[in-house]
Amino acid sequence: MSAGRERRRKAEKIRHLLETEGDAVHENTTVFNEDRYEVTERFDDFEALRDEARAIKEDAIERLPELIEELRESVEANGGHLYLADDAADANRYVTEVAAEEEAETLVKSKSMTSEEIDVNEALEAEGVDVWETDLGEFVLQVADEAPSHLVGPSLHKTREDVAELFNHVFEPEDPFETAEELTEFARDYLGERIRDADVGMTGANFVVADSGTITLVTNEGNARKSAVTPDTHVAVAGVEKIIPSADDLQPFVELISKTATGQDISQYVTMLTPPVDSPTIDFDAPDEPLGSGDGERDFHLVLVDNGRFDMREDEHLKETLYCIRCGACANSCANFQHVGGHAFGGETYTGGIATGWEAGIGGEEAADDFNDLCTGCSRCVNACPVKIDIPWINTVVRDRLNRGHDPDAFDHLVEGLTPDEESAGVDLQKRLFGNFETLAELGSKTAPLSNWVASSRPARALLERVAGIDSRRELPAFERETLVEWFDARGGSRVPQTGAEREAVLYPDVYTNHVLTERGKAAVRVLEALDVHVRIPSAPSSGRAPFSQGMVATAEAKARGVSDRLGPYVDDGYDVVVVEPSDIAMFEREYEKLLPGDEHESLAEHSYEIAEYVYGLLENGGDAAALRDGTGVAVDYHSHCQQRTQGLEGYTVSVLDAAGFDVTTSDVECCGMAGSFGYKQEYYELSMDVGEDLREQFTDDDALLAASGTSCVEQLGDLLPRDVTHPVQLLAPR
Amino acid sequence: MSTDTVRRFESSLDALDVGCTRTDPAGFPDALDAVLDPPAVGVPLGIDGVSLDGTPVETPPTPRLLREAETGVTPAGKAIAEYGTLVVDADATGCEPVSLYPPTHVAVVRERDVLPDVEAATDHLGARFAAGESSVFATGVSSTGDMGALVEGVHGPKHVHVIVVEEEP
Repeated sequence: MSAGRERRRKAEKIRHLLETEGDAVHENTTVFNEDRYEVTERFDDFEALRDEARAIKEDAIERLPELIEELRESVEANGGHLYLADDAADANRYVTEVAAEEEAETLVKSKSMTSEEIDVNEALEAEGVDVWETDLGEFVLQVADEAPSHLVGPSLHKTREDVAELFNHVFEPEDPFETAEELTEFARDYLGERIRDADVGMTGANFVVADSGTITLVTNEGNARKSAVTPDTHVAVAGVEKIIPSADDLQPFVELISKTATGQDISQYVTMLTPPVDSPTIDFDAPDEPLGSGDGERDFHLVLVDNGRFDMREDEHLKETLYCIRCGACANSCANFQHVGGHAFGGETYTGGIATGWEAGIGGEEAADDFNDLCTGCSRCVNACPVKIDIPWINTVVRDRLNRGHDPDAFDHLVEGLTPDEESAGVDLQKRLFGNFETLAELGSKTAPLSNWVASSRPARALLERVAGIDSRRELPAFERETLVEWFDARGGSRVPQTGAEREAVLYPDVYTNHVLTERGKAAVRVLEALDVHVRIPSAPSSGRAPFSQGMVATAEAKARGVSDRLGPYVDDGYDVVVVEPSDIAMFEREYEKLLPGDEHESLAEHSYEIAEYVYGLLENGGDAAALRDGTGVAVDYHSHCQQRTQGLEGYTVSVLDAAGFDVTTSDVECCGMAGSFGYKQEYYELSMDVGEDLREQFTDDDALLAASGTSCVEQLGDLLPRDVTHPVQLLAPR
Repeated sequence: MSTDTVRRFESSLDALDVGCTRTDPAGFPDALDAVLDPPAVGVPLGIDGVSLDGTPVETPPTPRLLREAETGVTPAGKAIAEYGTLVVDADATGCEPVSLYPPTHVAVVRERDVLPDVEAATDHLGARFAAGESSVFATGVSSTGDMGALVEGVHGPKHVHVIVVEEEP
């Protein structure tokens, strides 16, 4: 399929999902997300337990072979069986054999993503076993014959009306179902009968304790309890990564999982079974005999599934995926996911940001190809993850690998010279263009305003859309003829002499501030100088954010190298580094950890400040807010940048605007939807605008000034609202 | 356990809409009677001075009772004040199914078994797991949002009531 057709196909699929499932997904995921914020904010131990949980997982995965053997001994000592399955087929063969031995006609299941991964239902049904999903969400999907759209709420793309219509059509009740209560009551009774009749109960496992053979199931409905304890035979299917060493290690996970998953303090039922369990057998065919009086005996099989996980364990970058406890917080905190759901943002089995790790690990990188680009690297999932997985990094690594695997693009010759990157041939042209934005910007400034006229001309836009998938509905950034660096040199450098200055700072001329939004750079200089800072603006390479976001890691690494070489000597001389573009300060602080030697990253990160953070520090240390513009009585709508918020930098801008007297209203959406180049891409334009709608709805006072820190947020807000958008520092700069 | 812990437990239960009665052993039959929706099924409570004998609660549980009882009465080995959690210790008497099948669950817990938080339950759980035993943290009533709105009472109980039995003086 040509790249253009592929983009149109993607756009069409996303458009369809936005229309059919978007509203329900949005409603449900944003409630989970808001509740997560609320519950974790009032939970003092959250950060400490995240560290603890992370350490437990790191240790457990490190010692996995040994823990599996310990677990085997525990399970067998309890009288159960442990089977380590190499892959899905192996696991299914074992499960169907158990079912055959039990002469099982029916099997009831509680929700398990691992069982979805191996398609065990199909395998059992092929052997004539009736399989019933007892989690109501899974039951809805079983009836509808659909795939889960979310790790925790598999059917959250369906509204009550959708389920009522489905059940009325399939079950034809005398009185059609209408309310959620009626639907729940019906499903409970229908499944209750199947649970009573079942020969085998199958569950997954959230955690498996090696030293006792205890499996933990976290649910709200109680179906896992019933499925595990009602039939005599219990089969649990779990990925090998679910093992933790001992009961002591369970507490952090029990505390964390419900909070990050659904925003509950704790789920209704945390079931910790050491099977075969002591609970008496229940024979509904002998209704008046005391429980346990029949000759039934409890039997337990734990099926541990490898299916690519041992290879992931050896993969430096995918390994982290194995720490995942499948809470879905990365999906709920993701603006794109909130709008389009797991049927777009997901693969064969798994959904949301972490799905890239799981799908690539289980099915190879290609399995993540179709949805990996929906991760924009906004990083909002980073602080949400209970085990601190760097989910954006996993997405970037897989994108990089996919880039390398693609066939060289037929149009590559068109942009030769514009794409002087470090990548091998084959990177998608669209990615390559965005990844080399710095080169475009340099050329654009040199030839402005001609470059802007040409780029915005209709034929050029049509060509860009057709060849590179740059949506013609978006305005392209306009390049300034005079760069910030040139302007600063022309004015004769800093107006605050170095001798006697309060501080000395390098203002990093990020590619946007240097070539496009130069006014915010000039404002930053004026603000810094008003607070007695001696400023320098040396020319410097771009941060590498653009290629990084396209999965062009080698190119990003070369940029990081260049930035470190250029700014390092200033840092050594005692200069602070001040950064206007939030995606670049985030790059220095976060992503450079992956791209630079440890000491270089640490030194740059330690001495770099986002502009408002720096101004805040100056004011805290005796700087005079009166030197800034007086904002008394002026209303400002301020949208902080996603990566800025992840770095904990939003508050500084708000504080500084407050100090200057402005009346600030902030947004609380996870991302503006533009996310760098994402919103420019033809296949994602509509999703990007749909995400932006949440932001638009938050700022309803058309008389308020509009401010945003990120370049792409400025562009997105410009498309969403009929107001001019500035960087906050422009509001603060003395006239 | 300190009175503070029990108070915290009560307030957590209150937030969950779970009723709580505090009683001494002598007051237990009346306390139970007040919250019992018959027919009821139960398992031995194993708490000194407190028994289901002479109450309308039927023992031992049978499959028919599991299906037809309105109320299931069980002990809770421990409780966790922070979240209003009941630690249902599954055993051969049928504590687990009796706490799960009937629409109302009445849990009886000794005051001194009310622990402050999850961490404080670690030793209890560790000992049980090591002995091959199982436990359930049950918090509030069974619920689902899968049918498009929050509904209480799914595969587990729709109502839960806790009776805290105070220590003998």
